[in-house]
Amino acid sequence: MSTTEESIQAPAHAAPTSKAGAVGYYIDDRLASASFTKRLVDKVFPDHWSFMLGEVALYSFIILLLTGTYLTLFFNPSMTEVIYNGSYVPLKGVKMSEAFSSTLAISFDVRGGLLMRQIHHWAALFFTAAVSVHLLRVFFTGAFRKPREINWVIGTLLLVLALLEGFSGYSLPDDLLSGTGLRIAEGIIQAIPLVGTYVAMFLFGGEFPGTDIMPRLYSIHILLIPGILLALITVHLIMVFYQKHTQFPGPGRTESNVVGFRLFPIYMAKAGGFFFVVFGITVLIAALVTINPVWLYGPYTPSQVTAGSQPDWYIGWLDGAVRLMPNLESHIFGYTLSWNILVPALVIPGIMFTALGLYPWIEAWATGDKREHHLLDRPRNAPTRTGLGVMSLTFYMILVISGGNDIIASAFNLSINQITWGFRFLLFILPPLAFVLTKRICLGLQRRDNDKLLHGYETGRILRLPSGEFLEIHEPIGEAEKAKLLAKADVTPLELPSKVDANGVRNPKAAKSVARAKLSQWFYSDVIPTPTDEEMRAAAEHAAHELHEAESHLKEISQH
Amino acid sequence: MALSKRHPAALFAVLAVALGTTGAAYAAVSSQTAPKVVAQTETQVEQGKQLFLEGCSSCHGLAAQGASDGPSLLGVGAAAVDFQVGTGRMPLAAPGIQAMPKMPTYNEEETAALAAYIATLGAGPSIPTAEMLDTTNAEVALGGELFRTNCAQCHGAAGVGGALSEGRKAPSLMDSSAKHIYEAMVSGPQSMPVFADSTLSVEDKQNIIAYVTELQKNESPGGFSLGRQGPVTEGLFIFIAGLGVLIIAAVWIGAKAK
Repeated sequence: MSTTEESIQAPAHAAPTSKAGAVGYYIDDRLASASFTKRLVDKVFPDHWSFMLGEVALYSFIILLLTGTYLTLFFNPSMTEVIYNGSYVPLKGVKMSEAFSSTLAISFDVRGGLLMRQIHHWAALFFTAAVSVHLLRVFFTGAFRKPREINWVIGTLLLVLALLEGFSGYSLPDDLLSGTGLRIAEGIIQAIPLVGTYVAMFLFGGEFPGTDIMPRLYSIHILLIPGILLALITVHLIMVFYQKHTQFPGPGRTESNVVGFRLFPIYMAKAGGFFFVVFGITVLIAALVTINPVWLYGPYTPSQVTAGSQPDWYIGWLDGAVRLMPNLESHIFGYTLSWNILVPALVIPGIMFTALGLYPWIEAWATGDKREHHLLDRPRNAPTRTGLGVMSLTFYMILVISGGNDIIASAFNLSINQITWGFRFLLFILPPLAFVLTKRICLGLQRRDNDKLLHGYETGRILRLPSGEFLEIHEPIGEAEKAKLLAKADVTPLELPSKVDANGVRNPKAAKSVARAKLSQWFYSDVIPTPTDEEMRAAAEHAAHELHEAESHLKEISQH
Repeated sequence: MALSKRHPAALFAVLAVALGTTGAAYAAVSSQTAPKVVAQTETQVEQGKQLFLEGCSSCHGLAAQGASDGPSLLGVGAAAVDFQVGTGRMPLAAPGIQAMPKMPTYNEEETAALAAYIATLGAGPSIPTAEMLDTTNAEVALGGELFRTNCAQCHGAAGVGGALSEGRKAPSLMDSSAKHIYEAMVSGPQSMPVFADSTLSVEDKQNIIAYVTELQKNESPGGFSLGRQGPVTEGLFIFIAGLGVLIIAAVWIGAKAK
């Protein structure tokens, strides 16, 4: 065994000149934190409103931790049956679990309890909404590309955990809605082939609902998932810190720099202020608008169900998938395979989350693009990716809307059967249509950008020549916009490899590379190339000539 | 128009048929004396009959025996008439999957006359008396339990209504009167099942009415109720009012940078 030596260096500094300096030196002597703090406060972040969506998610998570802690002081996750004797009269004398009666106590008898519950629940909806929209921003701007693929996967995991965390919280009050949700969750678990019924029995500690599920959900909700969330959020942020934040193209912005403001003081003020904006708006909503009025739903009893039983919005797409799925079951060797639950609640989410997590690699493989990217794509400049994104979003939105099909039916006097059939067809018709339309719109916007680069923008000034011809004056676009438009990187699609090599021998690896080249061509072949310098020069000359001609006409007119 | 000029003898024919049916129906159910007999004058019945022939018989048949466009009203009782006509569901505004409530076409006196006439055609549930609708001694919490067990699966636990199949729906109970709720329970209008006194006793009905009345007070301790539609409207709200406002704030903070 050989040992290694490491030297110890005390931070060197001159004598402090003030009291604050002395305190600073005292801390630095012990933590050696000065250089790290300096790096931290000098860190530069680029500025764009859409970069704040992730911040909304982070801040609502902090709000959730704070309000959740308050709720744990009064909530009792027990299935022990009690007779309610609190201050909400219409439930007085009703048998219910301690979980539900303590939720009622928080709502009506704990000081500030109802407000805290409502802040907690609204913040949960906020958190999942912000996470989802943040994901869309990262996807559509291509921020997941090398070197940030791992952080994308962490983000995907955070999304899945956020959904689980939300659902476990929704189930805790043990009201009629949450119990119905748990019953559906049990059904989904039972639909897993072979092991489903065992897993459900283990989770619930016997037949549904039993007495074990509440305490178990409680430790999952307040300990396990928040712990993992907190750890992964930390890693997520450290990676953003070390890999540096991506930026939109603009003047002076390149793949090797970050243009923005220092963390201190500008970003500290902005981010700190924004935290209070998020907190303020959440509390304002919670103080004004009811969420989850469990006292109206009553305690959960397996024999009761209410019309309009819905999960919170972020589980709505799963509910919608189950509502759309035709009622199919097969019986094989005495086992039941419930396709009606298995497909919408396990297969579809499994495919969706796997595709989501692997997307950076799928795209990199298809495009053959292995470069690092620190400049974001404008969505129009990646038409195929943008199209795929809008396609997936359309699919998802149809599922979400289907989750509320009964509310739509009763609110708009429609037939729920017709709505369901309509959405079944639309689920297959609309997404491909959305892909084609989005791609066409992107290509159209690219043409418009090229037009701006070549001919400038339309000033709206019309000139009529003596010959009767009308001419609109174009002016060149500003430098900032020009830099933004010129940042588009043109990619040439991979070429199809020949199936035989130079000696006419069949290349066995060709099939794979053919598939890849075809994908690459599908991705890139119809991208409209950015005008070359020569084209821009020619266009500028042409414009100058036109203007000159117009001016000489004007002179002629004024001389007469 | 379904009704054109009638032969003068038609009225007498109808009368004969109606009286015959009534007599037969009475003979059939005379042993069951469950519904209370409400005192009614002959002139009231006669007025109701006239109104029926003018406004209802084109669908329900001249003797209320039912036809292709409307069901038989023999034995539906006064409660059903009072509910359907009193809430404006009948006469139908338009043929459709479900009769929708509207401003009542007949005034109280006419509605009572119609109910009295239909009640003479066959025994059925009668209009509840003030005593039956008295909820002063009702147990609200028990009513809530009964409501969640028997009513919530269609009308929703909050009583705001819900969708049924093929465009039918369970209406919101937020504007329903105690009398109409009671009549709906005993007569089972449209898709609704009948809750006879053997299923839900008069006291249970009173408890349910007391609970629905409690829901109607619309006390929302948490603030705006968003129509009590549940998580769907809450989700819509957080995206529009919540995230929408925050994005505006984010753009504002971003804009200050320039």
